[in-house]
Amino acid sequence: MSHNLPHDPLIIAGREFRSRLWVGTGKYKDFEETRLAIEASGADIVTVAVRRVNITDKNSENLLDYIDPKKYTILPNTAGCYTVEDAVRYSRLARAAGVSDLVKLEVIGDERTLFPDTAGLIEAAKILIAEGFIVLPYTNDDPIVAQKLMDIGCPAVMPLAAPIGSGLGIRNPYNLKIIMETVKVPIIVDAGVGTASDAALAMEYGADAVLMNTAIAGAKDPIMMATAMRYAVDAGRLAFKAGRIPRKLYATASSPIEGML
Amino acid sequence: MKIIVNGVEQEFNSPLTVTSLLHELNLRTEQVAVEINLNILDRSHFPNWNLQEGDKVEILSFIGGGSPQPKD
Repeated sequence: MSHNLPHDPLIIAGREFRSRLWVGTGKYKDFEETRLAIEASGADIVTVAVRRVNITDKNSENLLDYIDPKKYTILPNTAGCYTVEDAVRYSRLARAAGVSDLVKLEVIGDERTLFPDTAGLIEAAKILIAEGFIVLPYTNDDPIVAQKLMDIGCPAVMPLAAPIGSGLGIRNPYNLKIIMETVKVPIIVDAGVGTASDAALAMEYGADAVLMNTAIAGAKDPIMMATAMRYAVDAGRLAFKAGRIPRKLYATASSPIEGML
Repeated sequence: MKIIVNGVEQEFNSPLTVTSLLHELNLRTEQVAVEINLNILDRSHFPNWNLQEGDKVEILSFIGGGSPQPKD
C-alpha cells in the first residue's frame, strides 16, 4: 500500500521520517517476533528502554542485533522513571550508550495509571534541552502543558490517548483536537491505542504520528496487527489530508433526480 | 580488587580499565553506557580509565520497551 502514498514525510527537529507509525519494542515473545512486527509496521522510529545489562548470562542476546540502528532511528525512553533526577540520569545514560541526542522523556506520576507527572516533565525537559537533548515528551492530554512543552523547546509533543497499555482508545478527543490546533510542533499520540480504528481516528483528527507498543505486542497475532496498524495510520492520514465531509442530520441524495420516470 | 558491577561485588585483577572489564564480562563496548560512582564515563575514556577498589560500576544498554511500563 505504502508505495501508492504521496510523499508526505514527518519532520522533527530537521530530521525527516517516512512512517507516521512509531512502535515500541517491549512485551514481545522474543527478539525475532519483535523484528518481524516492526518490519510489518513499516515504522522507522522505534523506542527502547535503558536498563542494566545482564552480566550473569553471558550469552544473552542484544535487542540491537535484531533492530539495526542503521535502518531504524532508535528512540530511548525514560520509562520507569518517577522523579526528575531519574529521568535526567537515564536520558544521559541513553545518550552515552547510543548515537543521538534524541530522548522520549517520561516522568511517571503514579504506578496505577502511569499518568505523566507533568510538572516534573517540564522541569526535566528544561534541564535536558539546556544540555542539547532533543526532547520528545510523553505528556497528558492537557493543551496547556502541551503548549508549555513546545514553548520551552520540545520539537514534538506526545500526548496520551489513554493510560499505557489500557487499549481504551482516545478518551478525550476534544482535548487532543485542541492540542493539534494550538501546538505548532508535530503531535504524536502516544499510548492507549487498542486497535486499528483508534490509530486511524487519531490520524483523522490531525495527529502527525501515533506511537504504540502493547496494541501490537499484546495482540494474538502481533505481526498481523502491526500490518493493520500500518494501514490504519496511512488511511487516517490520507483521510485527514483529503478532508472529510461535514456531518449532517438529514440525507443528501447521491443519485440525480433528473431522468427519473 | 573488589568492584561492584551492576550491584554485584566481584573480584578482579588490578589494574583494570573499563575496556578490559567489558571484555572480561564478555560485553561489547558499543551500545553500552558506563557509569562509575554515579558519573557517566565517555566512551572515549573506556580504554584508559583505571578502575579503583570499591568503585560502583553500572553498565547499561538498550532493551525492549515502548510505552512506559510499571516499575520492576
